[in-house]
Amino acid sequence: MNRRSLAYVLLAIAVAVAIGIIGYGMMMTPPDDLDLSRAKASAKGLYAVAIAPEKEPLEQGPLHSWILTLKTADGAPLEGAAISVGGGMPQHGHGLPTQPQATAYLGEGRYRIEGVRFNMSGWWEFKFDIKAAAGDDSVVFNLTL
Amino acid sequence: MRTRLIAVLLALAGVAACQPEDFTNAEKATIASLSLSALPPLPADTTNRVADDPAAAEFGETLFSERRLSRDGTVACATCHLSERQFQDDLPRSVGLGTTDRRAMPLAGVARAPFLFWDGRKDSLWAQALGPLEDAREHGGTRAAYARFVADAFGVRYEKIFGPLPDLADVPAAASPLGSDAERAAWQAMPEEKRREVDTVFANLGKAIAAFERTIVHRPTRFDRFADAIAAGRRPDGDAALTEQEVYGLRLFIGRANCVTCHNGPRFTDDHFHNTGVPPVDGLPEDTGRAAGAKKLLDDPFNCLGIHRDGGEEACAELRFMVKEGEELERAFKTPSLRGAAARPPYMHSGQIATIEDVVDHYVRAPASVSGHSELKPLKMSDRERAALIAFLGTLAE
Repeated sequence: MNRRSLAYVLLAIAVAVAIGIIGYGMMMTPPDDLDLSRAKASAKGLYAVAIAPEKEPLEQGPLHSWILTLKTADGAPLEGAAISVGGGMPQHGHGLPTQPQATAYLGEGRYRIEGVRFNMSGWWEFKFDIKAAAGDDSVVFNLTL
Repeated sequence: MRTRLIAVLLALAGVAACQPEDFTNAEKATIASLSLSALPPLPADTTNRVADDPAAAEFGETLFSERRLSRDGTVACATCHLSERQFQDDLPRSVGLGTTDRRAMPLAGVARAPFLFWDGRKDSLWAQALGPLEDAREHGGTRAAYARFVADAFGVRYEKIFGPLPDLADVPAAASPLGSDAERAAWQAMPEEKRREVDTVFANLGKAIAAFERTIVHRPTRFDRFADAIAAGRRPDGDAALTEQEVYGLRLFIGRANCVTCHNGPRFTDDHFHNTGVPPVDGLPEDTGRAAGAKKLLDDPFNCLGIHRDGGEEACAELRFMVKEGEELERAFKTPSLRGAAARPPYMHSGQIATIEDVVDHYVRAPASVSGHSELKPLKMSDRERAALIAFLGTLAE
């Protein structure tokens, strides 16, 4: 390989790296280390929270429901909680496309969350504010579609 | 060396002869998700009991082209929604009795949209059809006049589908809660029971037109044949082939250009509302898009929660759970389908952008919005990449 060819190859590598960097920046790929767990403690540790879509697989597009399961720190089902739902796409700077609501208590600490839609692919945050006798707390789940 | 170098550069740039194995599994899944083959069956519309009644669809087709459904007998739905032009009119802003503020939307697949119009101010196809009929710059008539006209011209057809017409003998020739001062006064002077009966006939006209519009669907394009071949692991040959440039455009579309973020699914739309910094048109009144549209929908007596819905309230989840207010609705407009878009300039909600080249340029530059916040971020995109993206869009229009 002569010097000129080497220069071409180096240039090609530089171009490739540049494309890669620009591509990464524009793709808005979710961070690699996102916690995608669907069960966790609330921020202040007052409640154990788990979420699951009412129907699997989770689909992008249609309006659907989730089941939110709340337990107190000692593992007892949490009844009578007031729940508000929020979230959005951190990399796009917008919220949820709908305003989901907790519409029914299903027993055993389970609440139906209706009116959820994820209209875009990428990283979504799904937030729940929980008000109950033990105190106010909140929790944020990450989802990728 | 030179040949190998070119091959390396082309591969890096994503230009390669097309084989299913050239795509990653994630890319294949995305490509398959965009094919018309991925479209589920059209869901029933329980709010319209005649939605899938062929007689209603035929009646609706008649009404769609009926110019007498207008103030002066010159404007039909088909005036701005031309069947041979993807049911749109190629104008920046549609012209009925006067020039409107908005671009006519094409109608293929419209029955699948949860919200209608650029600002989503209607939540069913049948309620949508009622808006233009009474808009002063579109058909410009009144519901009282339409009820009387239908009883007169199409009484038998109407009654076969919807049952007996009410007695309209005492209904004024022109009356509506949305008309001129005289028309509004005439409406107010009608007994409440009579107003409700006229509203029901009016809503039924919308339901017949909706039944017809449910039959307007997208036809498969070269892209769909390509996508189906890729999904099946076949080499996309013959009428399923895309050129290298088109494949490159597809890769950009589902990759770095982020188009598929909002233009997703088989209809290439997320059915949502986004502020993309499209500038206002000089001389038109302020247009806040979805912000005003959501309010209008909540106030609309023909919305899903109103008395003219057939079936149960469980059909109204879209309305119940919609975002009703907030900064994100400001100058947000509906994501249009990109199927056929390459063949129907001009673009955007008021025809602001004349060519597809200028549309791509808008997304690359990502200008700030005059109010609210644009969701776009500037892109780095070469002329070659822009041309590839446009070439790909062409595969959705043939």
